[in-house]
Amino acid sequence: MSTDTSPRPQAAAPPATTTKPVVQPGDRVFSGLAKGSGILILVVLAGVAAFLIAQSLPAIAAPADEIQGGGGFVVYVWPLVFGTLLAAVIALVIATPLSVAVALFITHYAPRRLAAALGYVIDLLAAVPSIVYGLWGAYTFSIASVPFLLWLEENLGWIPLFAGPASNAGRAMLVVGAVLAIMILPIITAVAREVFLQTPKLHEEAALALGATRWEMIRMAVLPFGRSGIISGAMLGLGRALGETMAVALILSISGGVTFNLISNGNPGTIAANIALQFPEASGVAVNVLIASGLVLFLITLAINSLARYIINRRREFSGAN
Amino acid sequence: MVEGRRKATDRLVTTVVTSAFLLALLPLVSVLWTVISNGLTRFDAEFFTSSMRGVVGEGGGVYHAILGTLIITALAALISIPIGLLTAVYLVEYGKNSRLARSITFFVDVMTGIPSIVAGLFAVALFTLLLGPGARLGFAGSVALSVLMIPIVVRATEEMLKIVPNELREAAFALGVPKWRTILKVVIPTSVAGIASGVTLAIARVIGETAPLLVAVGVTTGVNLNPFDGRMATLPVFSYFSYATPGVPREPYLDRAWAAALVLIIIVMVLNLLARLIARAFAPKTR
Repeated sequence: MSTDTSPRPQAAAPPATTTKPVVQPGDRVFSGLAKGSGILILVVLAGVAAFLIAQSLPAIAAPADEIQGGGGFVVYVWPLVFGTLLAAVIALVIATPLSVAVALFITHYAPRRLAAALGYVIDLLAAVPSIVYGLWGAYTFSIASVPFLLWLEENLGWIPLFAGPASNAGRAMLVVGAVLAIMILPIITAVAREVFLQTPKLHEEAALALGATRWEMIRMAVLPFGRSGIISGAMLGLGRALGETMAVALILSISGGVTFNLISNGNPGTIAANIALQFPEASGVAVNVLIASGLVLFLITLAINSLARYIINRRREFSGAN
Repeated sequence: MVEGRRKATDRLVTTVVTSAFLLALLPLVSVLWTVISNGLTRFDAEFFTSSMRGVVGEGGGVYHAILGTLIITALAALISIPIGLLTAVYLVEYGKNSRLARSITFFVDVMTGIPSIVAGLFAVALFTLLLGPGARLGFAGSVALSVLMIPIVVRATEEMLKIVPNELREAAFALGVPKWRTILKVVIPTSVAGIASGVTLAIARVIGETAPLLVAVGVTTGVNLNPFDGRMATLPVFSYFSYATPGVPREPYLDRAWAAALVLIIIVMVLNLLARLIARAFAPKTR
């Protein structure tokens, strides 16, 4: 913890003139460098926003018929926003319960000596580059998921989400959501693990002493304590899922329309994947359109991440664990 | 079996939680198996010593992409490490709870959430303004990766500087050592293991990034060692294009895509392992 390390005037201290810290030239240079780097980060971030806005303006100002689809920028970007949110929400729905269970396993079920190693193994999931998940998803996972998609169509087809016809190559929204879920699982797990470990030991022991089983102890002491941690972890995961590019670009079969049908070949694209797919061949206004859609993505993730950080920080202040 | 309802629920949850963990491991095993079994097809000497210049169909390799990845990532590290380190020093040693420090902390958090493709677009937008439309160069990729790397370095370094005991600083001050020398000679050496492992992890994180390099650097078939002029090939982008736009026949292209992915995964895993080794080997002995 960083407390104030500069000399403090104390009751018995000599007059203030002599306690004034001597600032050496070296100090001034070094602190200036450090401060400058911090300011540079702010400038870079302002630059990110400014350059993206500058390059987006031509797209927003362009006449509607110059933009692909002919309906203007909003019409172009809306299905992509929808697809981005849909894929991320599916990922979140799959990953959150799984992550909480994994975090519980590591903190409360696994043998003590193994716990750290198991946590490391889960962290390895986060180390795998996204292009590898993309290749794996397109080559192995999507094919393997086809029987499951067919089963959904057959048995749950009356729900509009699974209306089908099921994609025979597994290039469907549900499959992409599952791959994204795997990619964000380590993030949610890490945050949940952190807060579960901070649960006051006394609460846990008190619950056990009153005769609670392990599950009852977790339900009464650990989960309520960790709720805000789970929520913010899930939102960090959501932020990551929204921006994930390569896996979506490689797996999803994109046709553009807005549909809630999760298992068919006709899917809305996502902003990030659309940029990756279109950018290498784009020129002129098309580039500006793609950058503008990137700006939209930036704003969405910014909002989600800020909210997540707000929840984490608010919790930190009231945490009795430290 | 005779047991109470509560006991039964407890057992059920134990089973659910344990199987959730095993379920989470399945993809990891499957990913590694798929990449290794497909990637080994082209793990030969030619693959590592030749570029794709003039290669149609079989043969060719990733020599140019490995060099490109190393150059672009090294440049990104060269930009990110000093900025990240100094910022963390400012936050922990000088900034305290000043307004500037708090806003830097907030915006570093924001930066960690920037989608990688947006970082790539930022570099594109920047270099479009500087060099005109259509500019693709390795350095733009380094800039994009720096945007992703700086916040990781700041976070890791900040954590490490915070756990340096205050007594060490005070002892140095008491001996009349100026603050900047205290930081350079006492605080940073004490936490250097943690910082080094954090930096290594940051490199591992960005070396596998595809999307920013795809938009900012593009890809090329030949060796280009100059990051300030023209397109460069990188492993992830090479792998992506080989898989997404294969030539005829498809097989050699797919094999190269998998082999490049395997090389990438090996690099990332080695860096991760290295980070742990550094942290363990140089950790300050507390007891």
